[in-house]
Amino acid sequence: MSLRIVVCVKYVPDATGDRHFAEDLTVDRDDVDGLLSELDEYAVEQALQIKEAADDDAEITVLTVGPEDAKDALRKALSMGADKAVHVEDDDLHGTDVMGTSLVLAKAVEETGYDLVIAGMASTDGTMGVLPAILAERLGVPQVTLLSEVSVEGGAGGVVKGRRDGDTASEQLEASLPAVVSVTDQSGEARYPSFKGIMAAKKKPVQSLDLDDLDIDAETVGLEGAWTKVESATERPARTAGTIVKDEGEGGKQLAAYLAEQKFI
Amino acid sequence: MAEVLVYVDHVDGAVRKPTLELLTLARRIGEPVAVALGAGAEATAATLAEHGAVKVLTADAPEFADYLVVPKVDALQAAHAAVSPAAVLVPSSAEGKEIAARLAVRIESGIITDAVDLEAGDEGPVATQSVFAAAYTTKSRISKGTPVITVKPNSAPVEAAPAAGAVEALSVSFSEQATGTKVTSRTPRESTGRPELTEAAIVVSGGRGVNGAENFAIIEALADSLGAAVGASRAAVDAGWYPHSNQVGQTGKSVSPQLYVASGISGAIQHRAGMQTSKTIVAVNKDAEAPIFDLVDYGVVGDLFEVVPQLTEEVKSRKG
Ligand SMILES: Cc1cc2nc3c(=O)[nH]c(=O)nc-3n(C[C@H](O)[C@H](O)[C@H](O)COP(=O)(O)OP(=O)(O)OC[C@H]3O[C@@H](n4cnc5c(N)ncnc54)[C@H](O)[C@@H]3O)c2cc1C
Ligand SMILES: Nc1ncnc2c1ncn2[C@@H]1O[C@H](COP(=O)(O)O)[C@@H](O)[C@H]1O
Repeated sequence: MSLRIVVCVKYVPDATGDRHFAEDLTVDRDDVDGLLSELDEYAVEQALQIKEAADDDAEITVLTVGPEDAKDALRKALSMGADKAVHVEDDDLHGTDVMGTSLVLAKAVEETGYDLVIAGMASTDGTMGVLPAILAERLGVPQVTLLSEVSVEGGAGGVVKGRRDGDTASEQLEASLPAVVSVTDQSGEARYPSFKGIMAAKKKPVQSLDLDDLDIDAETVGLEGAWTKVESATERPARTAGTIVKDEGEGGKQLAAYLAEQKFI
Repeated sequence: MAEVLVYVDHVDGAVRKPTLELLTLARRIGEPVAVALGAGAEATAATLAEHGAVKVLTADAPEFADYLVVPKVDALQAAHAAVSPAAVLVPSSAEGKEIAARLAVRIESGIITDAVDLEAGDEGPVATQSVFAAAYTTKSRISKGTPVITVKPNSAPVEAAPAAGAVEALSVSFSEQATGTKVTSRTPRESTGRPELTEAAIVVSGGRGVNGAENFAIIEALADSLGAAVGASRAAVDAGWYPHSNQVGQTGKSVSPQLYVASGISGAIQHRAGMQTSKTIVAVNKDAEAPIFDLVDYGVVGDLFEVVPQLTEEVKSRKG
């Protein structure tokens, strides 16, 4: 049987835009342009490379949990070359925390059927970087995370191997499928969608699921179901304008004098 | 007084600094009980005791080194069951966050990652986080279960606070998942002799403006004159001029030193995300319009190949 890959992608507010909080202290997703999290493009790219290495004997489903606009993220992934998409969308999901999101993703992944789940290293808005580990815990399969190199051997019943570059060591990892993988931005540049890819994406199937379809109790997700509570969010005061000098031959010395005055030297 | 579990990050018994900072924070909430795992676990006890650990739970087994993350989750869960703590604190390393997250699922608790401060509150600990590339500061707490919180390096001072630090063996039975992901080989990172990037009081970073691997010697010379760690922007790392382990930013290390020196770095949002909370920021850039100048306490508009070597010489001569 061909390898079933599910890639988890998140639709996030553009980091170069003016990101802020809504009144209920959730991330404002209405006022800011959104896009497929750049870090999840690396996950899509690795899925495509694994499929290519398996002589196309694989099927890539991209999965997102998010609002209506999150379809844009799915479209982008489809135009890069993924085969089909699943969108979990439900008004009751507003304000869901990582515990709720992981619960929904786990159910959706199981519903879709999978041998390999690939996620990004972190979302560019929440930046927790823990969802892949939680997903593995919930699915009861190995986690092979934060890989800068990944490969699959032996197809659906095979193994996944990869390299994880940690703080103190670089490790080679190996696990049997099914497994959850996450890849870093060191895993290789993501491809741009081709014109052909963009056209083809328009015809690819996008399945919509809501909480009922996944048999999830609305009370376990959303802002009310969240196990963490944001009590306040304050904009960081702008840094007070510093001194800026133009180097006229003494710039290094002037900077040294400043550092000495601040007791760094 | 309630006990607080502190997960110990150590290398063969040498406790890393962020763990000592966690002990400072843990003492604000209760009595720290440390959990040290793997080779050298017992050797951590003396240092942990000096910094406030009333107890040190230790366990060693080959599983901790041979398999990824899960054996440590099993152990921390055993410690949680044994102690019933008021909170679980874990250093915000990549591995620490994953351990904490899996534990949180198992004990049905909420999790907060990357806290930069922690205080006691009426309804449990309140964590401060710095979000959206440090544009916002939030305060949050956990509303379900035992709060599990991971804390970034440099979030609290290291304080001496002698306590008993009694070593107790923790008995751990490994779950079925424990051996799921095998570590087939491990290559330790070579030490540069410079301070650890995330722990350093001063970080000196170079970006695309450094223009070549060999030119990083200029950045290193300045770093060495100041006793600093060396950082790099992603542009410099992607160009192959400096190792990825030194990258500062969203997908690299996040640093919060007393002093950050940026040379030839424009200050893109993803770079700022990893250094914006530094206490003092200085920069050298030949483009007066570079966004990094919005952040600086002191900036020099100029060619780094002129300014940085002059600065290094001046630092050396002032230090004598
Ligand atoms: C998802 C994602 C994650 C990312 N993560 C990170 C990250 O973790 N860390 C990171 O750094 N970036 C990250 N980036 C990349 C980031 O957007 C920028 O591209 C990068 O930070 C630019 O690096 P730079 O400032 O060195 O290069 P540039 O933006 O090219 O700036 C170089 C600067 O050097 C100056 N300069 C050139 N020559 C000289 C000279 N002789 N003397 C003085 N100044 C000179 C120029 O004026 C310019 O301002 C990420 C991007 C994405 C999309
Ligand atoms: N709402 C979501 N829908 C789909 N995938 C997600 C979602 N949130 C997070 N992920 C995946 O989990 C990874 C890590 O996210 P996080 O732990 O939130 O930083 C991301 O890179 C995505 O692959």
